[in-house]
Order: sequence, then structure tokens, then C-alpha cells
Amino acid sequence: MARNTGDNAMIRLEGVSKWFGNFRALCDVDLTVDQGERVVICGPSGSGKSTLIRCINRLEEHESGRIVVDGIVMDDDTKHIADIRAEVGMVFQQFNLFPHLSVLENCTLGPMKARGIGRAEAQKLAMEYLEKVHIPEQAGKFPSQLSGGQQQRVAIARSLCMTPKVMLFDEPTSALDPEMIKEVLDVMIELAETGMTMICVTHEMGFAKTVADKMIFMDAGQIVEAATPADFFSNPKSERTKLFLSQILSH
Amino acid sequence: MAAPSRKKRRIHALDIIVLAAVITLVGYIAYRVDSVLVYKWDWSAIPSYLFRWDEKTGTLVPNLLIKGLVTTIRIAIWAMVVASILGVILGIARTSERLFPRLVSWAYVEFIRNIPPVPFLFLFYFFISSQIIPLLGIDEFIHSASPGTLTVAEFLFGPANLMTNFVSGMISLSMMSAAYIAEIVRAGIQAVPKGQREAGQTVGLSHFAVMRYVILPQAVERVVPPLAGQFITLIKDSSLVALISIQELSFLAMEIAISEQRFFEVWIFTGIMYFVVCYACALAFGRLERRMGAYRR
Ligand SMILES: Nc1ncnc2c1ncn2[C@@H]1O[C@H](COP(=O)(O)OP(=O)(O)OP(=O)(O)O)[C@@H](O)[C@H]1O
Ligand SMILES: [Mg+2]
Repeated sequence: MARNTGDNAMIRLEGVSKWFGNFRALCDVDLTVDQGERVVICGPSGSGKSTLIRCINRLEEHESGRIVVDGIVMDDDTKHIADIRAEVGMVFQQFNLFPHLSVLENCTLGPMKARGIGRAEAQKLAMEYLEKVHIPEQAGKFPSQLSGGQQQRVAIARSLCMTPKVMLFDEPTSALDPEMIKEVLDVMIELAETGMTMICVTHEMGFAKTVADKMIFMDAGQIVEAATPADFFSNPKSERTKLFLSQILSH
Repeated sequence: MAAPSRKKRRIHALDIIVLAAVITLVGYIAYRVDSVLVYKWDWSAIPSYLFRWDEKTGTLVPNLLIKGLVTTIRIAIWAMVVASILGVILGIARTSERLFPRLVSWAYVEFIRNIPPVPFLFLFYFFISSQIIPLLGIDEFIHSASPGTLTVAEFLFGPANLMTNFVSGMISLSMMSAAYIAEIVRAGIQAVPKGQREAGQTVGLSHFAVMRYVILPQAVERVVPPLAGQFITLIKDSSLVALISIQELSFLAMEIAISEQRFFEVWIFTGIMYFVVCYACALAFGRLERRMGAYRR
């Protein structure tokens, strides 16, 4: 297993395609994300944004093309899948916290059961990350006792406890009330400042302008445009991007 | 914690009308039965079948009805345990990503669900008692067991001379119930949102660990209410093993009813005994249900 590919790429997608039955959700997607790079993906509903990032940790299986994460090739080998998942954290739109476990237990489950770390150490680690997302005082509560914003921050801490090299965010603020969006974005900005490699699907353009190194616009399963935020927002090349931006920036 | 919401306890005019109607109906039926049947009730034989005076030891010892009840409870508890284990395995297999376990489990469930219990019990009883029981080596065990272990075994499985018979019946009953429990478990597992499995996978958990620490704990809570119903069905269905001569409550009640010629009294009393056991089971599960799911507060 050649981990050192000689370049700086953390994630490399080459000609990735994905079908749901007869429907082609991804068409020949090429994408390279360097170590420490922050990529923001936007695009209309159904354009394949979620499908794309879910292929990166094998929540969806791609049918053709090549996915390489940190030098590990994604194939049917469960060992490779496990290795990749160990390096990739994910935050979902619907939080997906474990409702039967306390906040602390949500954070220690992965380290203890996947990594075999002892309880005391796992709890120490969990408290460290709960502090990073500013809710150490909620450690003993259950997810249902927290606000949406707090739940999403727990979800971020839960992922970070596995000390991933890459974090994937799938519309992390779309299910939140407006007043809670900022607290989650602030945590994500702080995370970006630590040098974490991040791919965020989001329509929060203010956030995108602040943290993104690269903007990607998707439509109909394809990457239509990839550019720096400055270029992307001031002079988008494709008509579809222009239309999309005018729609989402208008309100 | 919020104050538990209470249903209204006030009595309305409609409630009184309903109550009056029910009382009238019951009274009328009782009157009709009494006048048409011209039956002379005699409950005097029942108590002596519950307990009898043992001349030798000079104590009250349980008689047929109590013995039958104990056998019924014994067989029901064992069958619940065995059926649950089997049912959970089959239920998990039903949700497997692999075709083979899914197919086997599906075939088993459909096989059991689509034949009535009576043919199943007869066929399986003979199969189990002739094929499986010798493998278990119960007879050798009884012959070679020390008096101490035999006492324990008799407490768990009933009298030694009926033990193979009891175990065969219990396994048949378990196999029947397992199919229904498998369906309950399958539904419970599938009711856990897909995102839970995905979240488990993204924090690095293996397939097994996701099941063990994420899915099953949440499925259990959904499974308890229907499982309570299935256990009560199992207790009631245990009366069917009377057909294969397991000497449980219904079997003995039948013998008493015939020998005493007091059908109504014996069967009414037996029905009440079943009711008490089943209702106690329902209450116990109701408590369990309330104690679980505390995190949803
Ligand atoms: N499990 C599935 N089975 C069938 N079709 C699916 C499945 N998941 C996604 N799709 C389809 O694939 C397409 C892309 O879906 P995807 O969820 O990736 O879009 P998206 O860009 O994330 O949209 P949104 O902004 O609504 O989240 C959609 O047309 C969707 O209907
Ligand atoms: Mg999506």
C-alpha cells in the first residue's frame, strides 16, 4: 500500500461515476483536494453534492472511476474501507447523534470500540474536543436535551475524537434555526484555522468566502465550475453558476 | 421533567349510558344461560385439585391444577428464553446484507407463519423427540446425575420421568414463537433510522459494533411492546402442547374436567388462572416499557 504518492493530495477522485438504478447521480467527476485545503461545494438540490462526499467514505459505492484518500485506494477490500473511514470524519445535516447515549458517550464510542482506547483516556479526549466546540458543560446530557446547534457541535466533536485527517460536512447548518447557524459555523471556522482538510457542502456563502480555498459548483452530477472564491463570486464562467449565485445571493 | 399528562377522569353522561348498557347485557346473558342451561353449579371439587392434604407428611401439597400451572409457567419461561435467542438471530439475519442468511431466515419465518400450530407441533414433536433429544443426552444425564444436580434439574425442567417430553414440547413451542419474534426484531431494527448506521460507520465502528452498540440498543426499545404481546401469545399457545401430552395446565384441566364431570367450573377456573399469569406478564412489561427510553424525556 503506497501511502506516499509523492504529491500533496489528500483526496483524489478520477472519473468517478455513480448510478442509482438507471439514474446517473455522478458523471465522471474529477477532484483533487490537497492536504489542509478547504473546499466548499454548492449547487442546486439533487445535483449530487451529498452523493459525491458520501462516496469519499464509502457511504455510497461508486461504480466506476478511482477514489484515493491519503494514498489508500478505495476498493472492495474492507480493510481499505476501514482505513479510509478512520481518516475521514463526517458531519450530517440531521446530526445523527446516538439518542440512547449521553453526549460524552457519543464521543467515546468510536475511540473505545473502534480504536480500543480505554474509557478514562477516551473521556479525557472527548472532554478536550467538547471544549473545542464550547459545550463541555453538556457532557452528561442526552442529545434530545440539547438545542440543534448544540447537537451539531456535539456531532463535530464526536468526529474529531477519531482524530481524522479530513472532515466532510453535508449541509451542517441546513436543519438549524437561523439563530443557531452562527455557533456551528464559528466552530467550523476555528477548525479550518487548525489546518484541517475540509470538504463542506453548504449554501452559507459568507462562510464560504471566509474559509474556502476552492469553490465548487455542481449541477446534474457534474462539477461545472471550480475556482478560488474571489473568481467564483466575482466572475463565474458558466451561465448555470451565474444563475445559481444570483438566486441564492438575492435573499 | 414535565408533569405526566393525565387523561380526564371525570364521568360524563355518555359513560353512564355505556356502563348501564354493558351491565344490562351481561345480566341478560347470565339470566339466559341460567334459565336455558338449568345447570347446577358446583365449585366444591376445585380447591382439592389445587392443594391436597398429604397423609404421610401431614402437610398441604400442591395438587394437579397447581402442578399444571407450574409446568405451564416453566415451559413458557424456557420457551421465551429459547425463542428470544433464536428470534433475535433470525431477525438480525433478516436484515443482513448477505443473501444467504436473509434467505434462510425468510424461509423459516414464512414456513412457520403459514402452517397452523397443530400440525407443526405434532410433526416437530415427533421429529425433535426422536432425533434431537437423543443428541442432547437427557436420559443419560438423568441416570448419571447426582441427587443434588437432579434436584436442580427437576426444579428447572420438571419431574425427571417427564423431562424429555417437557424439553421436546418446549423446543417445539420455541421454534414456533421464534418466527414471530424474528419478525418483531426485524421491524425493530429497520425502524432505526439509516443515519444511525452511517454515523456509526463514520466513527469507525465495524459492522458488528454498529449492530451491537448503535442499532440493537435502539431497536430493543421499539421491540418491547410487541414482544410483550408475543410472550402473552406464547403463554396461551403453551396450552397447545397438551396435544402432545405435556402435562401442563390445560392437559390436567382436561383430565379433571372429564373425571369430575364439571366442565364449566374446571374450565372457567383454568381460564382465570391463565388470565392471571398473562395479565401479570403484561403488567411487568408495561413497567419495563415505562422505565426504558428515559433519554427521550
Ligand atoms: N439512495 C438513493 N436512491 C436513489 N436515488 C438517489 C439516492 N440518493 C440520491 N439519489 C438521487 O441522486 C441525486 C443526487 O442526490 P444528492 O443527495 O447527492 O443531491 P444533493 O445535491 O445532495 O441535493 P440536496 O441539496 O437536496 O441535498 C438526486 O436526484 C437523488 O434523487
Ligand atoms: Mg444533499
